[in-house]
Amino acid sequence: MMPNLPFLKKKQPEDRSEIFRASRRDFLKIGSLAAGGLVLGVNFQCSGPKGELVTFAPNVFVSIGSDNLVTILAHRSEMGTGIRTSLPMIVADELGADWSKVKIVQAEGDESKYGNQNTDGSFSVRMFYEPMKKAGATARHMLMQAAAKEWGVDVAECDTENSHVVLKGGSKKIPFGDLVAQIQTMELPKAEDVPMKDFSSYKLVGKDIPIYDVKDIATGNAVFGADVNLPNMLIAVVQRSPVVGAKVVSYNDEKALAIPGVKKVVKIEGPGLPAGLDKPLEGVAVLAENTWAAIKGSRELEIEWDLGPNQSYDSAVQLEEMVKSTTSNGTAKRERGNFSQAKSSSGKVIEKTYLAPFYAHSTIEPPAAIADVKADGSVEVWAPSQHPQWARDAVSAALGIDVSKVKMNVTLLGGGFGRKSKPDFVAEAALLSKAAGVPVRVQWTRECDLHHDYYHSHSAQRIVATLDGSGNLTGWNHHTVFPAIGSGLDAAPPSDGELDLGCRDFPYEVPNIRIESHETTAHTRIGWLRSVSNIHHAFAICTMLDEIAETKGVDPVDQALQLLGEDKNLTFAGEMVGDYGNYGEKIEDFPWSTARMKKVIETVAEKSNWKSNLAAGKAVGFAAHKSFLTYVACVVMVEKDANGNLVIPEVHYAVDCGIPVNTDRVRSQFEGGAQFATSLATTSAITLENGRVKQNNFDTYQIIRMSQAPKKIHVHIIPSMEKPTGVGEPPVPPFIPALANAVYKLTGKRNYQLPFQV
Amino acid sequence: MEKYVINVNGKDREVSALQDMPLLWVLRDLLDMKGTKFGCGQALCGACTVHLDGEAVRSCSLPVSEVGTGKITTIEGLSEDGSHPLQKAWVEHIVPQCGYCQSGQIMNAAALLSRNPSPSESEIEAAMEGNLCRCGTYNRIKDAIVTASKSL
Ligand code: FES
Ligand code: FES
Repeated sequence: MMPNLPFLKKKQPEDRSEIFRASRRDFLKIGSLAAGGLVLGVNFQCSGPKGELVTFAPNVFVSIGSDNLVTILAHRSEMGTGIRTSLPMIVADELGADWSKVKIVQAEGDESKYGNQNTDGSFSVRMFYEPMKKAGATARHMLMQAAAKEWGVDVAECDTENSHVVLKGGSKKIPFGDLVAQIQTMELPKAEDVPMKDFSSYKLVGKDIPIYDVKDIATGNAVFGADVNLPNMLIAVVQRSPVVGAKVVSYNDEKALAIPGVKKVVKIEGPGLPAGLDKPLEGVAVLAENTWAAIKGSRELEIEWDLGPNQSYDSAVQLEEMVKSTTSNGTAKRERGNFSQAKSSSGKVIEKTYLAPFYAHSTIEPPAAIADVKADGSVEVWAPSQHPQWARDAVSAALGIDVSKVKMNVTLLGGGFGRKSKPDFVAEAALLSKAAGVPVRVQWTRECDLHHDYYHSHSAQRIVATLDGSGNLTGWNHHTVFPAIGSGLDAAPPSDGELDLGCRDFPYEVPNIRIESHETTAHTRIGWLRSVSNIHHAFAICTMLDEIAETKGVDPVDQALQLLGEDKNLTFAGEMVGDYGNYGEKIEDFPWSTARMKKVIETVAEKSNWKSNLAAGKAVGFAAHKSFLTYVACVVMVEKDANGNLVIPEVHYAVDCGIPVNTDRVRSQFEGGAQFATSLATTSAITLENGRVKQNNFDTYQIIRMSQAPKKIHVHIIPSMEKPTGVGEPPVPPFIPALANAVYKLTGKRNYQLPFQV
Repeated sequence: MEKYVINVNGKDREVSALQDMPLLWVLRDLLDMKGTKFGCGQALCGACTVHLDGEAVRSCSLPVSEVGTGKITTIEGLSEDGSHPLQKAWVEHIVPQCGYCQSGQIMNAAALLSRNPSPSESEIEAAMEGNLCRCGTYNRIKDAIVTASKSL
């Protein structure tokens, strides 16, 4: 049985309405509540005696003080995408706030107040663009109503700018803060009465806006997961099951306890198998006064393990078995025409097998979380969590207390990439604090992180392409197999959700298509990593297309444009076995547009001078891949330096993500995505022997260093008024095949396995 | 446990620690200075970079007993108010993504610029090779170092 994939979590209609139902309630309460009593959980002040700061909070996301300070709540987790800046920008722009006088406050984890907070699946902007606009527009409308009344004019005569209401024409203006008292008692306007600004009048959205935390980061003042300090806090370092499912038989903690500073040793009970996605692994924790004593103590633990059924697992053996399974008939997951017929009547068959390894997230900040279980049984938690509500639920389950007793604070995340959605490390902190009776920070080491991740699955794929006598691509048969997210010892195929990530949604006009999946088992914890199964699917598909173009003697860019055919919206109707997920969105709301795809391909070809002659020793590769509803095309240039090392002098991306909210952060996600993908393509792999991960630290699990990074990354953003879509993950999938295709042109050797050596 | 007096950001600080405790944990746990980050503990990622007498060192791998009378500078002491040319350049180029590696990047770059005020691209790459960034901010780091070097 497959769990729901949280990163594809369907947008609940309630997510939107809840915000506004809550806002109306909050508003009505404003007059009567004392400071802090607002359902905001932050230090918003409410109306008080004369002369005190008065605050107007039309909904949970925005409040305005009589000091003219606008406070905007960031309810999504900041892990480097800039979301903590981008969503508040939308509110501020619609409101007409002076951005330099906006304060951003991080919301606690509480989905009953804020709606969905699961910062995953590149859907924050997609899901919250409209609600954020409404939050800002509602406040703006009320401020204008108050000013209009004071000036005796129609509200249509008013506008807002720089945190003032202004009379159009510029003869009068009044600061927001001076209107706060008047609107305390004003009725919240109906949503349909609230006008929205015209896009052309935005001063923030669609522009390059620095992230809110940039100064704090540059001065070392930004607060990450491990940076919260509590009195009497102990630090825990844990030795966890070396093999997933292993149970502690016995342990000797004498030597650990002898280390000065070590206070306590506590066993953490794990679920065994299945390991689940939200439970701590079984382990033994050493709690000490400082991190160093805890690290030393954990090394001194002597633990006898019952290693369980995964102790003989070898990832290389499984990879071979998966390759073998792709040569048999799998389960059809999409069918168009009749592939078998196309194959038997074809002029040429190209058949290739593609392999990709397990990957670890290896955020530079290893997991860390702090919990303070109080005497009354309630708990306060601080964690770099991508999915604060899941963490809250996991803590509530681990401690056996009601979720209302869990106060969940979200720090900045030192990278996430999907790892920090899983709340195992947060639950560990809670369990250990309960056992110790004092606050506890659980600190993962790099070795802990690499040994006990929820890995991106390794995979085998086989693609069979058939060409007719005139060289037309007539058939496409794609077999894919990998241990599915959350799966275990029972054989299972990849879930439909994983197949919808760049495999079944193959967009090209090929008359005969058959997509097949195969079953396998999982012997370690499988999770999701930035762009998930799009990584291996796009690698296989886009390098195969390059090979087909070469066989046909056509340009791969021309081929992609031709195979996309006329401008149309694809629905895959009648072809998918089971529903097509479309990243949790209705296909009517977010159609698969061949026109938008062609536009990014044409743009990247033009901007990169795709067809121009290259200097000797350079080569370029191309790939295009839509993921998370964002259209991306990519051209990568390669060469070798004097020592024969691969150099990537230039990358061009064209991206259509609908309305780009913060253009600087769109670019930075693509710059970062290219570098992240360079690691996946050329340096990183996790392997297991005897059920144990072999890589220990950054010497053996390598991610690229500065000299290996692409030197120039150009990001061409297609101007668009389409609904905004995310940019965190979409840069990764097309980069890897574009690089592989370039390397092939440079070296004459095709790579069918990641990571590839050059 | 031993007592040590170490000089951090111009101030003598007395700490009592195991002699093999890395400077990183002295700073973070004993002195509650959280700007210096833990990434690998093995001198492989550079997140913990500080200066010892102006040289970039990996504090995760420098035992407190070896600090002696050396002067330590951390990100908190690089400037009083974020006005070091590199910090200004970091803001100008909006370098950080998650930000976690950036204290180490800035400290490493500061040591580079103090011995080589106008490094070439390949000198920057060579000097910054020990500092990992998983988010992929290498290009902007390079640009910011160049900008800062021009304002020196
Ligand atoms: S923590 Fe010191 S180099 Fe990584
Ligand atoms: S900015 Fe995230 S690791 Fe460098």
